[in-house]
Amino acid sequence: MVFEAVAFALEPGDALLLLGANGTGKTSLLRLLAGFARPAAGSLTWQGREIGQEPAEHAQRVHFLGFADGVEGLLSVRENLAYQAALLGAGPDRLDDALRAFDLVELADRPARKLSAGQRRRLALARLAAAPRPLWLLDEPGVALDRVNRARLEDAIERHREQGGVAVVATHGDVRVRDPLVLELGERGPC
Amino acid sequence: MLNAALALFLRDLRLARRRFGENLLVVGFFALALALFPLGVGASPDILGRIGAGVIWVLALLAVLLGLERLFQPDLEAGALEQMLLSPAPLELLVLARCLAHWLGTGLLLALASPVLAILVHLPAEALWALPLTLLLGTPTLTLIGSIGAALLAGSGKGAVLAALLVLPLDIPVLIFGLSAAEALITGLDATGALLFLGAFLLGALALAPFATAAALRLALA
Repeated sequence: MVFEAVAFALEPGDALLLLGANGTGKTSLLRLLAGFARPAAGSLTWQGREIGQEPAEHAQRVHFLGFADGVEGLLSVRENLAYQAALLGAGPDRLDDALRAFDLVELADRPARKLSAGQRRRLALARLAAAPRPLWLLDEPGVALDRVNRARLEDAIERHREQGGVAVVATHGDVRVRDPLVLELGERGPC
Repeated sequence: MLNAALALFLRDLRLARRRFGENLLVVGFFALALALFPLGVGASPDILGRIGAGVIWVLALLAVLLGLERLFQPDLEAGALEQMLLSPAPLELLVLARCLAHWLGTGLLLALASPVLAILVHLPAEALWALPLTLLLGTPTLTLIGSIGAALLAGSGKGAVLAALLVLPLDIPVLIFGLSAAEALITGLDATGALLFLGAFLLGALALAPFATAAALRLALA
């Protein structure tokens, strides 16, 4: 998989918006940044070091929220979040804050299979708050969210940046980010 | 690191409890298929007693293979495998936790059900402990070997049948020594050698299968 002439550098507190039509490689680029795949050419570095050289360390910096949200329908909202936080190495101390951040407190004991698409998305987003990590890779995070919850997501991204985190967001324009760098992938995308 | 693996293990156990009906289907297949044998080969206690242990072992193997599709495919489709890759725990350790939880919901149930099935096919009283013992040693190995096939085919859409074809040849030694051990114990012969082989297969699978499975999962996600 090859991206042509894709180059960017992000500082702590930066946000990068990935724009482009369907199939131009936004998700593929996010997956490369997450370390799920390696670039055939070129390099991806974190503080000057190739992420491919230290995959285990890089994995612990990353939050990846893809189109598939990783939510298990048979578990309750709280059980899902507690599991995801523990899997990502975080303790249970931030669970309540994470539930509050995405207005999930009243849904905490509801099985995830009974959630609407937007509520499921909020649950997936809540793990960003439950397990702090410096690099957020978000693939169309605003999908299925209403206006109020999109605003919550935008606030969460801003708070993350204020704390020195970096966010890379693939979007079709439904999520607004303050002073972002913008990378528009062309129609050729990966080839 | 251990907390992450423990969290995965406990989540899988919780899911197994909530999907208990699905696990019972595997045991149901085990029992129903066995019940068909007297119809095929006749209900003579002599014949059933002679082939019973072998039939139970073969059906246990097939029942384990039946459950392989649930090992990674649902998590891959739900995006949960990607989260496993981002865990501070090595993927190999998470695979081991997943296989252990999966075995508790399938292989252990099969081993516990085997004495009842031994009575159905007129096996002698020794089979009531010999079969569970050998299945307890053998089915974890079958699950671990099966996890490699399940991971290799995760995301390919090829399903359980191809996974079964892929891992069946690797399961044959476990079947041979599991059955040898069970028959030796039932007939009062020395089963030490066969049991040691079963134990060795289990240790070998514990040492190697998580690495092969984790590598296959990384490929599936790349």
